[in-house]
Amino acid sequence: MSGSLAALLATSHPTVADAAVFAVGALIILVGALGVVLSRNPVHAALSLVTTLFGVALLFIEQNADFLAAVQIIVYAGAIVVLFLFVIMFLGVDRNENIESEPLKGQRPLAILLIVVASASLIALGVSAHWATGAHQVTYPTAGGYGDVRQIGKSVFTTYLYAFEATAALLVIAVVGAVILARRPPRDAGVADPPEATGAPAGVDGPGATAAPDTAGPATPAPGVVPPVAPPVVTPPEPVAGGTVPEEVAQ
Amino acid sequence: MSLPGDWYLILAALLFSIGAIGLLVRRNVLVMFMCIELMLNAANLTFVTFSRMLGDIAGQAVVFFVLVVAAAEVVVGLGIVVAIFRRRSSATADDLHVMKG
Repeated sequence: MSGSLAALLATSHPTVADAAVFAVGALIILVGALGVVLSRNPVHAALSLVTTLFGVALLFIEQNADFLAAVQIIVYAGAIVVLFLFVIMFLGVDRNENIESEPLKGQRPLAILLIVVASASLIALGVSAHWATGAHQVTYPTAGGYGDVRQIGKSVFTTYLYAFEATAALLVIAVVGAVILARRPPRDAGVADPPEATGAPAGVDGPGATAAPDTAGPATPAPGVVPPVAPPVVTPPEPVAGGTVPEEVAQ
Repeated sequence: MSLPGDWYLILAALLFSIGAIGLLVRRNVLVMFMCIELMLNAANLTFVTFSRMLGDIAGQAVVFFVLVVAAAEVVVGLGIVVAIFRRRSSATADDLHVMKG
């Protein structure tokens, strides 16, 4: 490290500003990462993740990858972390958890030891192999700054065209899979009372429910559906059955 | 001119290690997903650093694809978390032992 630092100060290419930007970015990244791992509250962990993502974007800019820095901010900090926060708030798990309890004895020291050994050997391997080996400028050369957008576009739409198309298919599959996973299973409404749920809205208030489902849904099925089922405890699921089934009828 | 690339690679290795430790140690599924994001970001930083060291744009193009895959992974993973939470009403990885056969 110190030898590398001396060599860095001897060469005139990187300036002090570059070293300062790297130091600030590294500090932001490591503090944010430790915040993700060590915070008890998932909301705090998500905000620490934003900190780390901003630090990574800062180092992207420092390495002349301006386009990727913008994409990093937009996609990660703008979409993914918001999705995390939305799910945390949606599930209501935004409370502190007990991170001291260790259900598996000795798992934590073993995990930390394993990862420390693995990363230390990785760094040692990189030092001994002089980090970057291989041919320079195989596909397209980097242009720096705004020129990188042109080069990335050329590379994505020529060399990696099939991967790009597969990416489109992957996104469609992910969206469809997320909708299927996250929607409420329809048999929950059917298990309660299958004959009434399927028969009553279609015959009695099918047209009325499609016009105003919010007002007609809870009101009209209640006198028609509840008396055959008889227990009054079942009334909370009934608006759900009356609210979902007219949508299926409308489709 | 930026710093030499080995500084960035060491930083990326540290970030990856922190993310991996968090993935192994934490039990909240959402925090485990965030640790996976940390590891993906470390890989992205490595790709961009190699792209600069070798003067090749392919590293940055790969980062582009990694971003897309990360977005898809988060969407599907959070969908699974919501589906499990609806059944078990907790977001802890220990509760997934009900999935064993």
